[in-house]
Amino acid sequence: MDPTRAPHTAPPPHADRSAAAQADAPAEGYNYAYLDERTKRMLRRALLKAVAIPGHQVPFGSREMPLAYGWGTGGIQVTAAVIGRGDVLKVIDQGSDDTTNAVNIREFFARTTDVATTTRTTDATLIQTRHRIPETPLREGQIMVYQVPQPEPLYKLEPRRAETLALHAVEDYGLMNVKLYEDIAQWGHVETTSDYPVRVNGRYIASPSPIPAFDNPKMDHMPALQLFGAGREKRIYAIPPYTSVQSRDFEDHPCTVQTQGHACALCGCTTSYLDEIANDDGSTLWTCSDTDWCEQQQLAQGDAR
Amino acid sequence: MNGTTRAPLLQAEALSFRFPGETQGRDAVRHASLDLYPGEVLAVVGESGSGKTTLLNCLAGRLAPREGSVRYRCASDEWVDVHAMPERQRRLLARTEWGFVEQHAAAGLRMGVSAGANIGERLMGLGERHYGRLRDSAADWMSRVELDAARIDESPRHYSGGMRQRLQIARNLVTRPRLVLMDEPTTGLDVSVQAKLLDLIRLLVARMHVAAVVVTHDLGVARLLAHRTLVMQGGRIVEHGLTDRVLDDPQHPYTQLLVSSVVAP
Amino acid sequence: MTDTSNASEAQPTLRVRGVHKHFTLHLRGGQALPVLHGVDLDAAAGECVALVGASGQGKSTLIKCLHGNYGVNRGEILLRTAEGEVDLAQAAPQQVIELRRRRIAYVSQFLRAVPRVPAIDVVAERLLQAGLDADMADLAGNEAWQTAQEAARAQVAALFTRLNLPPALWQLPPATFSGGEQQRVNIARGFILPSALLLLDEPTASLDAANRRVVVQLIHEAKARGAAVIGIFHDEEVRDAVATRCVHLPSAPDTAVAPVELETTP
Repeated sequence: MDPTRAPHTAPPPHADRSAAAQADAPAEGYNYAYLDERTKRMLRRALLKAVAIPGHQVPFGSREMPLAYGWGTGGIQVTAAVIGRGDVLKVIDQGSDDTTNAVNIREFFARTTDVATTTRTTDATLIQTRHRIPETPLREGQIMVYQVPQPEPLYKLEPRRAETLALHAVEDYGLMNVKLYEDIAQWGHVETTSDYPVRVNGRYIASPSPIPAFDNPKMDHMPALQLFGAGREKRIYAIPPYTSVQSRDFEDHPCTVQTQGHACALCGCTTSYLDEIANDDGSTLWTCSDTDWCEQQQLAQGDAR
Repeated sequence: MNGTTRAPLLQAEALSFRFPGETQGRDAVRHASLDLYPGEVLAVVGESGSGKTTLLNCLAGRLAPREGSVRYRCASDEWVDVHAMPERQRRLLARTEWGFVEQHAAAGLRMGVSAGANIGERLMGLGERHYGRLRDSAADWMSRVELDAARIDESPRHYSGGMRQRLQIARNLVTRPRLVLMDEPTTGLDVSVQAKLLDLIRLLVARMHVAAVVVTHDLGVARLLAHRTLVMQGGRIVEHGLTDRVLDDPQHPYTQLLVSSVVAP
Repeated sequence: MTDTSNASEAQPTLRVRGVHKHFTLHLRGGQALPVLHGVDLDAAAGECVALVGASGQGKSTLIKCLHGNYGVNRGEILLRTAEGEVDLAQAAPQQVIELRRRRIAYVSQFLRAVPRVPAIDVVAERLLQAGLDADMADLAGNEAWQTAQEAARAQVAALFTRLNLPPALWQLPPATFSGGEQQRVNIARGFILPSALLLLDEPTASLDAANRRVVVQLIHEAKARGAAVIGIFHDEEVRDAVATRCVHLPSAPDTAVAPVELETTP
């Protein structure tokens, strides 16, 4: 099912083997992980700087990738810069390993590197994600790479890049406060349910990428390293492990994680983030957005029986 | 209490400013010096091109003079050089101890958010994180500037010019600044609106013991609001002193010309 | 001419020495217009000095110099204060403003009032501002301000009543008042606060007999409180009633007429 590749070294126990006939070496004519070494060096320098200044956006020379802007080129470049032969890669899109995008990106890395891939969060060392954080808590030593469309959290309020640069530099976040106040004045609650801005390490305000607000608490003091890449906007930022990440809110209107009030139709879980699926017959189905999590829940229940 | 024994709040020393690209060698502001004391209102009058707005912008730290200095005494009694200080500190001062009322309210407000958000912004910037208290403060200030507090959630786009100016004033005064700079705060408004607004400014400034520098081309505004007045011509301060003395017993030829040119209704 | 009368033991409240003033009319090619030619004057607490003489002699100008409204070219204007003598001719603007708040009051012929302010507040503000300590910021919030305002207005109301100003006018801005009504608002503003130096320029000009008597009474009370009063009284009856002595201002040096000094008993 998963077009994984057989690595040179002995595969980890849970890596799937594919029956498809694939070459053992990286694709012919391409450097390891597609990018040339100079580009990787440039990316790594940007990443080091980003890690040193949590939440601060570092510009980088975004390269032309074999897919258009808006399809994860930033995340791919970050992954390509950090991936190594010993890594085990997981790629998810909205929590799922088997959407077209996730599949394509995973195959891209399979073809240009020789790393093992997996769908199991616990087995991965490197996870590239679009718009979700896995339900399984991450651990030290793992790296999360987020795909970010708009790295500038103030963009909607202040479209001028030069101005937002100055605002971040002088820590003048009045705009953001105003937006939050305005949401409560207009809607009675903070209207942003995804891409809810966070304050990293008590200093910079960053966009967590369009993950649901439900996922924001997972970022706080996460043991894993979190890297963010925006290809079109050409920015990289990072949150080192165990860094404080606070969602912006008010004392009397705290940012609470809203439960959806349903259980997953497949595994019965009530604590994970659920996707709403419309069936052909007009009924709706609620299932775990994180497919790996759902699978693990079902397996656990199967064992229990 | 003897006014001269208190320390000044703002001191400008021999300020000169030239716009970049100005090839004629003409300074927009030439060798301007002034002292401003706490709670005192200083009017800067002059005609278009006299340099009064440029002087104001130099005092605010928005324009860097090519000569001279502007020093401000903080609430902590420490003196700082307005142009030498880091941008971050200047912006912080601009949000807390200073205020700037723009001639066109739209430049000094966030037009895209509600009145309440406009007033609350400075408070939030200072760390106020309780929505209820923010709202109460905003409503309180709206009534102080004689705006209908029921319109707290409306955008200033729906306000008239006079109302926008009031909102701008509230937005600036909410952090109880020690110094407020005003650039022609009532110009362009209807006469009756002007009168009401000037009255409001006069009372608030007196009550809150705010020091203010008010740029205006209208001598009546100077007489109404200011303790002292500076007269500018061609970038230079040609006369200064007690407002009623400058206007009633002008010494400099230009001041005499200005005063005699006013059309009385 | 030196004013040598009034041998009071205590230092006079006001000592004017050698004050010269001229206007330079730049719009007329720099023509100089001399107005004051070496004025010497003393005024002690409790006395009223009336400036007399034909119009154009500089009486109003002198009063304005004493108020700080006009500058002087030469000479001293020494005002006795708790901190010692202050030379008003050299005082910094901040000092003049401070003195005007509590020590110097000025009643002119013309009421220049802030456009929108009700008559009662025109006067009450003077009381409130004198009460404001220079270091207080925002007079302890809205409520304390309201209380102080009500108290001040009550005091003003009493004075307005004495001056026969109809209560219906109190809430209206004085710009539309008659000359006499405006004059009474002016007078109230000058007398509402006890001052060390009281400067009066034709205070009864537009008033009827009854109100003139009230003003005379107010001046007596001010003198009794220890104010030094300097006034211009066109009305001889009023002048005779209040003036301790009269003074002519010195005329221009090249005129042959020697100034005459008149004395009246208090």
